[in-house]
Amino acid sequence: MADVKAAPAAPARTGWDRSRALSWLQDYGVYASVALLLVFNAVFTPHYLEAGNFRTQLVQVAPIVIVSLGMALVIGTEGVDLSVGSVMSLSAAMLTLYLGYGLVPALLVALLGGAASGAVGGAMVAFLGVQPIVATLALLVGLRGLANVLVPQLKEFRDPGLLELGGGSVGGVPYVVLVAAAVTVAVGFAMRRTTFGRRLVAIGGNRRAGELSGLPVKRVLVLVYVVSGVLAALAGVLSTARIQAADPTSLGLLMELSAITAVVVGGTPLTGGRVRVAGTVMGALLMQLLTSTLTKHDLPSSWTQMVQAVIILGAVYAARQRVTR
Amino acid sequence: MAAPPPDPPLIQATGIVKRFPGVLALDGVSFELRAGQAHALVGENGAGKSTLLKVLTGVYRPDAGELRVAGAPAAFGSPVDAQRAGVQAIHQEIGLVPLMSVARNLLLGREPRTRLGLIDVRALHRRAEELLRPYGVEVDVRRPLRSFGVGTQQMVALARAVSVDARVVVMDEPTSSLEPREVDTLFGVIGGLLEQGIAVVYVSHRMDELFRVCESVTVLRDGRLVHTGPLADLDRLRLVSLMLGRDMAEVRAEGLTRFSGEHGSGDHGRAADTPVLEARGLTVRHRIADVSVTVRPGEVVGLGGLLGSGRTETAKAIAGALPLDAGTVAVAGRALRRPTAASTTRAGVALLPEDRKAEGIVPALSIRENIALAALPALSRAGLVSDARIDRVVDVFMKRLRIKASSVHQPAGELSGGNQQKVLLARWLATGPKVLLLDEPTRGIDVGAKAEVQALIEELAGEGLGVLLISSDLEELVEGSDRVLVLRDGAVAAELSGGEVTEHGVLAAIAAEGED
Amino acid sequence: MTSATTVPPAADAAAAGGRARAERAGHLLQQHGALIVLVLVGAVSAVAFPDFAGGANLANLAVAASFTAMIAVGMTFVIITGGIDLSVGSQFALGGVLAAWASQYGWVPALLLPLAVCGTFGLVQGTIIARTGMAPFIVTLAGLLGARGLMLAISDEGADTYLVKSAAFARLGQGTLLGLAYPVYAALALFALGGLLLRRARFGQYVFALGGAADSARLMGVPVARVTAAVYVLTGLLAGLAGALNAARLSSGVTILGTGMELDVIAAVVIGGTLLTGGAGALSGTLAGVLLLGVIQNVINQIGSLTSAYQQVVSGAFLAVVVVVQRYLSRVQRLS
Repeated sequence: MADVKAAPAAPARTGWDRSRALSWLQDYGVYASVALLLVFNAVFTPHYLEAGNFRTQLVQVAPIVIVSLGMALVIGTEGVDLSVGSVMSLSAAMLTLYLGYGLVPALLVALLGGAASGAVGGAMVAFLGVQPIVATLALLVGLRGLANVLVPQLKEFRDPGLLELGGGSVGGVPYVVLVAAAVTVAVGFAMRRTTFGRRLVAIGGNRRAGELSGLPVKRVLVLVYVVSGVLAALAGVLSTARIQAADPTSLGLLMELSAITAVVVGGTPLTGGRVRVAGTVMGALLMQLLTSTLTKHDLPSSWTQMVQAVIILGAVYAARQRVTR
Repeated sequence: MAAPPPDPPLIQATGIVKRFPGVLALDGVSFELRAGQAHALVGENGAGKSTLLKVLTGVYRPDAGELRVAGAPAAFGSPVDAQRAGVQAIHQEIGLVPLMSVARNLLLGREPRTRLGLIDVRALHRRAEELLRPYGVEVDVRRPLRSFGVGTQQMVALARAVSVDARVVVMDEPTSSLEPREVDTLFGVIGGLLEQGIAVVYVSHRMDELFRVCESVTVLRDGRLVHTGPLADLDRLRLVSLMLGRDMAEVRAEGLTRFSGEHGSGDHGRAADTPVLEARGLTVRHRIADVSVTVRPGEVVGLGGLLGSGRTETAKAIAGALPLDAGTVAVAGRALRRPTAASTTRAGVALLPEDRKAEGIVPALSIRENIALAALPALSRAGLVSDARIDRVVDVFMKRLRIKASSVHQPAGELSGGNQQKVLLARWLATGPKVLLLDEPTRGIDVGAKAEVQALIEELAGEGLGVLLISSDLEELVEGSDRVLVLRDGAVAAELSGGEVTEHGVLAAIAAEGED
Repeated sequence: MTSATTVPPAADAAAAGGRARAERAGHLLQQHGALIVLVLVGAVSAVAFPDFAGGANLANLAVAASFTAMIAVGMTFVIITGGIDLSVGSQFALGGVLAAWASQYGWVPALLLPLAVCGTFGLVQGTIIARTGMAPFIVTLAGLLGARGLMLAISDEGADTYLVKSAAFARLGQGTLLGLAYPVYAALALFALGGLLLRRARFGQYVFALGGAADSARLMGVPVARVTAAVYVLTGLLAGLAGALNAARLSSGVTILGTGMELDVIAAVVIGGTLLTGGAGALSGTLAGVLLLGVIQNVINQIGSLTSAYQQVVSGAFLAVVVVVQRYLSRVQRLS
């Protein structure tokens, strides 16, 4: 009984059966879908292949990518971080408040705010054993309120440094996109090459085994939520820089849903133990492409939401098969 | 057996076969239970006992064989089907809803209702109190179940089972968390059930209880029926040897294991060395009491005893995986204050857990990652993992332990049991441990891998590691160990060394009557 | 058992007494904590703000809270089964738009159509959760998007705002009795009915059993899949009803409503003492939780100089404190 896996999965290798198809879908479905959408647009959408279009799409998706990568790490530990959208708005508020002291201090304070919120959520999860969904729900509600209290209404400002960060580019590539790419590389590196990454997936895959192997389980968990908080704050800063205004009421609203969607669609299972960095980026891209494709073909945005719902369900269903197989 | 009574048996299972992928859990087992009879079902881990229980209670469907209840063929699709047929199980983990009140638990789905179809709360409480009275339980039935002790909870489960017209009650380790006086109450209740003509299947590892409660016994080993008949025909020693697969008449001198079989030979385990492990007075409530273990460098100390005697708990307590209520652990002369898994790992203690799947392997990760997991601090610098160093270590252990896999990147969950066990061993050896705590290191792995693991244990001890070896395989225990501590009911029952380390010696210590 | 594990009986009894006291105190805090805080906050507000205790203000407070309250009844059931329903805010908006549109055919279709659509929506969600074992939060997250998409699709992407055409239907939301609007009575009636269903009907017992120990519940003969599906049908029906009555009150199907409403509802239920892990909870607590959040909102409005954002800060803090306290209490009780 202890060795259910001992018998080789022979039947699964011979035929193209359902569970194998679903598992393929979980692994590569997101790449295939992105490719399909690109081909579709290249053929049917006028002016699609212009650089300007791609730049717009990438700038729009960059904050989602950054937040999703943090979310992927949290989901890798079998958790979830619902507070990311509110952390974005909090960081926007703090950025505005401290801009008077110079751009760099303001940026640091904003990121520190994200780290602090992550630490609070992580501590509740790791040390008190509160379910991740509840701990971060409390932060979701409270932090957006806090951001609104700090900056009650939309506040525009003009800071040349921030303007450059939000709108500038190097060699035609916007800074915002570069930052998202850098974060992707950094998270990929952390997952592949650091003890933190290795421990993270081990804890997500079998927490008890991690504990018995002497891993610092609680420390890793707190750190994971801190990283998610910092990345959300970074996304908030970038979005604020782009629109040149702090908008705590609506910035990052429902961002947790977009991020979870990107992660799930990218093939990271909600049951933890696996983090797909490239898949997550592709998941975010897929959702962005989908929205823009539907818009460009004059399909109503209500379609986007319904299609998104179906894709989420499909992705989780495919992942579920793998677990139960 | 006596002349068959006229009624058909309440339960008659014939030639039951149950297969799991790669394992034949039940191999043509037959079982018979008569009304008013208490029947003991015994066997070590992996004997097929729990599988048989699950077949009887409708959790599993047998792959072959016939099950009859009171003479009529029965095919249970679910536990609910079995309950309808009158077969009720009282589980170790209770099987009730802890947060609901005692009364609501007792009568869930059968609540007395008023004419409006609403639950009649007063009648509910009255009925619950009536139901519980014969069980000697007088509690406030409105309070949540979990606010009472395990004994009370078990009585509630029993009362519920019997009140829904049980003809057969299956009790799996009912006394494992009970206080002595609660055990007495339970036995009184069982007596009452038997008088009503209800049959009881009783599973326990405690010899005393079996002989107190049961009239007949069925012994399983490795999925086969070994013995069935009246319990009075067997003495303790005989029963233990049946369970462990040792025929006293032919306890052999020759070894099937790969251990060389010499005990306490002069070159290791000298009293002069500082012990690598010194555990004193380990106590964990309801599990182990005042267990002391000393392991010297190069020594293999066996931990014997039946399942449930506290072997696993002792190892876990030493490794910091089970919080201690009392006792101290010192590794290589350094005392560990409040041991935790992290601190004992750092100190050089390695625990190979009994439940590989739940507590050892991270199935989705590759072999390589699984091996490197515990030794990461040594295999990295400033938090950056050195792939070269990991590759070297992994390579060394893949070769040394002869781990068979398509590549080191294969997910560990796909490996066979034996190779998973070797991966876990490699994980711990990579940390450079001083003490190995091996809990059933060769269970569920094939013969070839078993011999390799056994040879490795001896080799590691030869290199100066201290080893604590837990095994239900008597031969492995006796031939592998320099000394053997025998546990019974959570306490050390005997310590055997030198010439006393024989299968007979261990069996006798296990079967001896408790002093109380 | 051997002799070594005995504890002196006197010490045992004393410890048991202490435990029972701690347990009772914990139980009290768990069940009525929200009520105690509600009374305190209410009393302080009545003293500090002369307008607070005025009839008009309290009536406003009640009607503002009544829609959250209706949905919170269903959410309490869902959370007691160990689930969660994130789609209620979207279903609330959907229900409102459907009701406003259907009101051109009279008040009966205006009331029934949202119930039918949202009830079916809940059934689909519940069936997926029960049959596939997918996590409720992800299924209802998809439901959140799906219901909002549906709502936008029937309102021309939110551009069309249907006005309530039936005066009879509008009266359902605007009419008053003894100074209180009808929706307040509807909410109170739903709490009463829900309480009966939860505590005094067999279905309620199944709900508790399912959340407390799903495996045991199955063994005890609880129709697990049906009960699971049913609680999501319940939240769907109640969200649809609340949406319809709200549309009646506003005389139109406002498409931008309901965003984030699921959070308020969940917060109210959890603050009211229902365990998010399932298996325990009470509607009286939920009512206190809803009113507590309503009072805080109202008081912050009274202060005037404060933005309503403070309400979020306070409910977030409450939520955090409550879950930490719950966690602590359940740990204490498990150790005993």
